[in-house]
Amino acid sequence: MTDVLMPALSPTMEEGTLAKWHVKKGDKVRSGDVIAEIETDKATMEVEAVDEGVVEEILVPEGTEEVKVNTPIARLSGDDAGASKPAAEAPKAAEAPKVEAPTEDPQPASRAEAKGDPVRETPKAAPAPAAGLTDPDLPEGTKLVRVTVRDALRDAMAEEMRRDPDVFLMGEEVAQYQGAYKVSRDLLQEFGERRVIDTPITEYGFAGVGVGAAMAGLKPIVEFMTFNFAMQAIDHIINSAAKTLYMSGGQIKTSIVFRGPNGAASRVAAQHSQDYAAWYGSVPGLKVIAPYDSADAKGLLKAAIRDPNPVVFLENEMMYGHEFEVPEDIDWVLPIGKAKVRRQGSGVTLVSYSRMVGFCLEAAEKLAAEGIEAEVIDLRTIRPMDIETIVESVKKTNRLVTVEEGWGPMGVGAEIAAKVTELAFDYLDAPPARVHQEDVPLPYAANLEALSLPSVDKIVKAAKAVSYR
Amino acid sequence: MAREQTGAAGRRKANGAELAAKAPDTEAKRGGGRNEGSKDELLQYYRDMLLIRRFEERAGQLYGMGLIGGFCHLYIGQEAIAVGVQAAQKPGDEVITGYRDHGHMLVCGMDPKEVMAELTGRATGSSRGKGGSMHMFSTEAQFYGGHGIVGAQVSLGTGIAMANRYRDDKRVCFTYFGDGAANQGQVYESFNMAQLWDLPVVYVIENNQYAMGTSIERSSSETHLYKRGASFRIPGEEVDGMDVLAVRAAAEKAAEHARSGKGPYILEMKTYRYRGHSMSDPAKYRTREEVDEVRKTRDPIDHIEEMLEKRGFADEAALKAIDAEVKRIVADAAEFARTSPEPDPSELYTDVYTEVTA
Repeated sequence: MTDVLMPALSPTMEEGTLAKWHVKKGDKVRSGDVIAEIETDKATMEVEAVDEGVVEEILVPEGTEEVKVNTPIARLSGDDAGASKPAAEAPKAAEAPKVEAPTEDPQPASRAEAKGDPVRETPKAAPAPAAGLTDPDLPEGTKLVRVTVRDALRDAMAEEMRRDPDVFLMGEEVAQYQGAYKVSRDLLQEFGERRVIDTPITEYGFAGVGVGAAMAGLKPIVEFMTFNFAMQAIDHIINSAAKTLYMSGGQIKTSIVFRGPNGAASRVAAQHSQDYAAWYGSVPGLKVIAPYDSADAKGLLKAAIRDPNPVVFLENEMMYGHEFEVPEDIDWVLPIGKAKVRRQGSGVTLVSYSRMVGFCLEAAEKLAAEGIEAEVIDLRTIRPMDIETIVESVKKTNRLVTVEEGWGPMGVGAEIAAKVTELAFDYLDAPPARVHQEDVPLPYAANLEALSLPSVDKIVKAAKAVSYR
Repeated sequence: MAREQTGAAGRRKANGAELAAKAPDTEAKRGGGRNEGSKDELLQYYRDMLLIRRFEERAGQLYGMGLIGGFCHLYIGQEAIAVGVQAAQKPGDEVITGYRDHGHMLVCGMDPKEVMAELTGRATGSSRGKGGSMHMFSTEAQFYGGHGIVGAQVSLGTGIAMANRYRDDKRVCFTYFGDGAANQGQVYESFNMAQLWDLPVVYVIENNQYAMGTSIERSSSETHLYKRGASFRIPGEEVDGMDVLAVRAAAEKAAEHARSGKGPYILEMKTYRYRGHSMSDPAKYRTREEVDEVRKTRDPIDHIEEMLEKRGFADEAALKAIDAEVKRIVADAAEFARTSPEPDPSELYTDVYTEVTA
């Protein structure tokens, strides 16, 4: 004996009208036969038989309104042992959901069964990423050489490609042209076209191809000519790369690096001048890195390539040509998720990343001349963020200024200000201040562009304001 | 690109131009070397197709009971495609598809219990309850999902094929998508790269005539989807997707093409879904008569059943035994899915990142 139950036609349906019966007592039904029609305020749907058997009894006559979901509406006599088992037990499962709206409780049976588990603890947030992370010590006698950010990035890729045959580079003009910004110079010559791959101008497609290759176990580096164009690919970065490990219950790993210049270049106007740190930084499953100098660019890109997770690596075109010191002849890999204090100070904490770190260091010099010693923190990693280092600094300085190239609302600075307010409220002597791009698309005209972007003067002004000076 | 014909259309002639899922218009020549299948093969296909159908019917029932939440897209009517293509695969070949994915998972060897338990969002589900109907995977079965963004699996499948080519491991990635996804831009970006780089990918377009609720005639300027690779020089052919042997034959040919280094191949499987786009779709955009006509004249399971009986491979008792076995599997899966526990709350924060090992 099998009860046919009033079905839910959508996740939100609680009751409906039994509009019509297509079978009567004594009829034989097969799986898939339409046996009734159900009406809700939205639609009329047909109910198909799942089990085979003979209609023993119609329990709810046609025309009945407000029939609750999971009410038995007919009874079949089963003619087959294999079919009858789960269906016979169906009414038991059906008892639970009647009281609760199905939208809020899509697993009614298990809720009923979960009686041994009365308290649902809120799981703890992911552990603080920075705990215990430090930059590696340089071995005695390590020579520091001056290298541009561009070449540091190139060297990082070349070293990792030598180290791991599964690492390859794909993107627009990365091979024959040697990189739109020459970051991939000489890689084609060393690694050949199997591993340094020119793609068509087709960001959505090649980002997806890269993610697919990563799902299949390779370790692609996908270069976007700039991150502005990656907006066409953001679906694959987020929906395919960031979420699949979780959605697969840990089965499908996506070890991939998306890299390229981010933020404003110079006089290229709104569509080519956006900082995506806050966008990607808000997505669980991604790691987001934005280095400032050559040593960090190299050490963090190497770490990103080795990382088993998808990493968004935000470079800055304006920094490519700048030279900084990099340790020579060692396997220089830095921890992802660790900020760096670039200048010690006790008067105000300036937190920034990428090119804006240089602005902060310059502002710190100006502030020092006026008697304010600024501590400059280079985030280096946007996600996971090293909030601990920031909080430690604020406990000392009691003042916070965040600096980013992106827009302010929902920005990186907004997140930092919220976290510091949560974790060090009693230490703050002034509300946190944020320096960011003005709330407009970036203009082309030189004067307006300068007005729109953060500047050393704006940082100085903000630092003085939180210092009540 | 010459138009190819496959399919035993002669036996399964569509009656009337109004029939949406009509078989390929040109009748294939019979007996021209088509592999008619052994007894064991046909019985296996019958069983696999029946398993999908009974599984999906049960899933529909569990949805009606509120045990399955969210979106749930059933494969009923399209069974011959996943089964026929699977028959052409070699060990190691990969499969990726969109969100109408239950059938593919069952034929590629995933445990029906784990699939059903994922549908009900339980800890024992194939994604430990975190993916649901549209997001299931199995590294063991080389099944790469289960993707909820229409068309995304086409780029991803092309990338899996890129990995095959990179490793030169002679594997082929079977990348399924529907007539709806066939209008997504990234499909063509992927076609271009696949042909440019000779990637071993077979694109299987399951043309069930309706992109959600919009018929192919109303959504596509070129409704012969097998022609969609022409501007990329990708060969394509139209296949009777209701005939498991026609599907198998076409998939074998396409796989051979891809495996031998000649690049991608497109198969347009003409098929039909009996149910709505998802569980909450009353399918008002087509008539009951249209659906009944296909069920009556072109049902893929009836077809193989007739074939088995006609060729003396199985009498009614033998088929009944298979029916009973399938029912038991599905009943067990439903019971497992209903009684398994929900994921432990501690699972909320697992699998967000892969741990970095030193």
